[in-house]
Amino acid sequence: MSETLKRPGARQTLNVVGTRPIRPDGADKVTGRAAFGADLSMSGQLVGRILRSPHPHARILSIDTSKAAALPGVKAVITGADFPDLGAEVLAGGEAVTNLADMAANVMARDKVLYDGHAVAAVAAISAEIAEEALRRIEVAYETLPHVIEVLEAMRPDAPVLHATLFTQGLEARPEQPSNISNRTRFMRGDFEAAYAAADVRMEGRYTTRAVHQGYIEPHACVAAWGSDGQCEVWGSSQGQFMVRTYCARVLGVPISNVHVTPAEIGGGFGGKTTVYLEPVALALSRASGHPVKMVMSRDEVFRATGPTSGGVIDVKLGASNDGKIVAARVEMMFQAGAFPGSPVAAAAMTCLACYEVDNFEIVGWDVVTNTPKVAAYRAPGAPLGAFGVESAVDELALTLGLDPLTLREINAVKDGSKAPYGPTYQNIAYVDTLAAIRDSEHYKAPLGPNQGRGVAAGFWFNHGGESSGAVHVADDGGIVVVSSNPDIGGSRAAMAMMAAETLGVPLERVRPVVGDTDSIGFAMVTGGSRTTFATGLAVVRAAEQVIEQLRQRAAMLWEVDADKVAWRAGEAVCTDPEKADLKPLSLATLAERASRTGGPISAQVSLNAQGASPGFGVHLCDLEVDPETGVARVIRYTAAQDVGRAIHPSYVEGQLQGGAVQGIGWALNEEYIFDAGGRMENAGFLDYRMPVASDLPMIDTILVETTPNPLHPFGVKGVGEVPIVPPLAAVANALRRAIGVRVPDLPLSPPRILAALEAKQA
Amino acid sequence: MARVVACSDCWPLTGGASEFNVEAATVRDLIRGLDARFPGLGDFVDRRMAMAIDGEIHQDAWFSPIEPDSEVFLFPKIGGG
Repeated sequence: MSETLKRPGARQTLNVVGTRPIRPDGADKVTGRAAFGADLSMSGQLVGRILRSPHPHARILSIDTSKAAALPGVKAVITGADFPDLGAEVLAGGEAVTNLADMAANVMARDKVLYDGHAVAAVAAISAEIAEEALRRIEVAYETLPHVIEVLEAMRPDAPVLHATLFTQGLEARPEQPSNISNRTRFMRGDFEAAYAAADVRMEGRYTTRAVHQGYIEPHACVAAWGSDGQCEVWGSSQGQFMVRTYCARVLGVPISNVHVTPAEIGGGFGGKTTVYLEPVALALSRASGHPVKMVMSRDEVFRATGPTSGGVIDVKLGASNDGKIVAARVEMMFQAGAFPGSPVAAAAMTCLACYEVDNFEIVGWDVVTNTPKVAAYRAPGAPLGAFGVESAVDELALTLGLDPLTLREINAVKDGSKAPYGPTYQNIAYVDTLAAIRDSEHYKAPLGPNQGRGVAAGFWFNHGGESSGAVHVADDGGIVVVSSNPDIGGSRAAMAMMAAETLGVPLERVRPVVGDTDSIGFAMVTGGSRTTFATGLAVVRAAEQVIEQLRQRAAMLWEVDADKVAWRAGEAVCTDPEKADLKPLSLATLAERASRTGGPISAQVSLNAQGASPGFGVHLCDLEVDPETGVARVIRYTAAQDVGRAIHPSYVEGQLQGGAVQGIGWALNEEYIFDAGGRMENAGFLDYRMPVASDLPMIDTILVETTPNPLHPFGVKGVGEVPIVPPLAAVANALRRAIGVRVPDLPLSPPRILAALEAKQA
Repeated sequence: MARVVACSDCWPLTGGASEFNVEAATVRDLIRGLDARFPGLGDFVDRRMAMAIDGEIHQDAWFSPIEPDSEVFLFPKIGGG
């Protein structure tokens, strides 16, 4: 069931925005014509393969590639020595900041390997079989070192240190010794200690989560060619062709403009494809061999060597008055960063209390390196972990106070004018409306059966703007081509086409949306941060407006009037000069057909740095049933409500809510990285790493809250892709708590854990 | 003078100061003013921080205006997945 809530009396004068047309890439996707990362082959291409470390922590003493290189059919063997030495430098090629040296060392290890699966060497050969045999002939001498996987163990003073140059930042004084703690982030307001001590009710808890993978269906894949003139070509699936261009160029030490990247269709990213793994290696192999090189990861490689998100430990203290006002909060979070610094703990710190007005709080985040794959962004990076801790604690507080969990959230809800814990004052937010949408839902009033529980949780994400480009070209027959600077991972092509059609006043069927390569459209940050429909959409709308301006001028030329006497209405030029009232409107097709005689092609491209993104809030409601004999928990009903501004294509937005909820449910119930005592991942495949499938779940109901469009976007867009993965972890955990009467604070909520909790309760 | 509130990531460069006043008409002015007062902070903020000017988030926007009575929060740049 899907609902949309609009503010009473809101005017709806849009013709295309808000409708549900067939997706422009639908036929390609269902017929198999869509070309993904592994679908392109170049003439004379070789097969690339990577040798990966079997150790979670070891010094590389030597690498002998001679036997591999001598194998017939092997055209190139490379190691870390084939990449330039790079200093620590902050890169802004994607979206968040990235350390160049760390990225390069993750692409190919240098002196040390830092996790099971870390790339050590690579080969290019004429067949997969020869490439794999060549890997077996590479001899690597390792000095194994003690390893550390768990975040709290990695923080201990006696823990094995991954990086001798890593000194904790964000402390009052620089530590004298290196450690695995990369950074401490703190946000504070008021006096937590005094307010907590004075609170009527106090509660505290520790909540833990495990590393989980983004779980995209399509493995990382690319084909790359290094030309004899130094010009590089990359075809591959990613969340940003410009990100791939910048990162490849910087890792390989070549000019950015020498790298041309064509974005393939992408089979899921969820943040995990906002960095590079294969592309620089494929280019380096191509440079060494003189041939194009194609590389496709196995699922095992995807799990072992590409970014999961952090596992974390979240400590929460809440103090409240007897009437339910939260007067004090303290949240301390420790996150695994993986092999290099950069967990999303800062984002978790900024978001974990973002739904609550609290006058006294302290939030502390610790970024900790561990002998696990370097974490990558995963949908609202960090926020689900922080929300799991806080929303679980808020649920406990509601139980302690005897309050309805929605009522407790309503009492403490942020609204316009509230100050976010990270500083800004909220404007144009609809969190209260989103809470009300759940309260008013039929689901919230429905009765529960035996062994069932109902959980509520809320979530927040900033949403982002940033740099984007969009172009609008008018064809000779009046058709429109819209070029987006961003890969389409969640329906942005449809949204771009719809916003262009709405702006131009033309039927959507006349608009063809495409994704440009790095040479055919201006720069853009990655598709991520829930930014594309907002920021790239803004660029497309501005380009369409410039096209309209050109069309008005062409019509004015044809009518021999001033351009200010021409209006653009419903896809036609209309003369507003009362002395020429007999002139019939000029259609877009007519103006396009005469374009060559009125000044040439009609087109516009706009590049901008979009400010004014508006945050999003979600409230999720989960019904869960537990089998007390087996400990299996099953979600039986689920509703996700979200402040979406205005949905351009409601079906896509509903899909975002449903997809985020499902990923969060999997995170809550099933998913985790499991390591053996030797620090090696034990479940690097979909059989053992259990993600939910359709038969595991009910239909996810959605409520789109459109009461408060973003006034800083022409169509009121707010980002929608990330918020829906924030509440589910706690919504599921809170439902379990109410079903079995005892809190299970550690994810995943697997049958053994649930059974143990039931047994402990009975004891 | 704009009132600047810096999150803890900035404190090593401010000597622990979390709130201070800076004369600035734009974000670029603010970055220069931060550098003049706390050497290295301007560059750090430019590379690593986003800011909220009177409640509205600005990231990599040198010419966003700052009013004399503005409140500016500095916090880590926002990414996403």
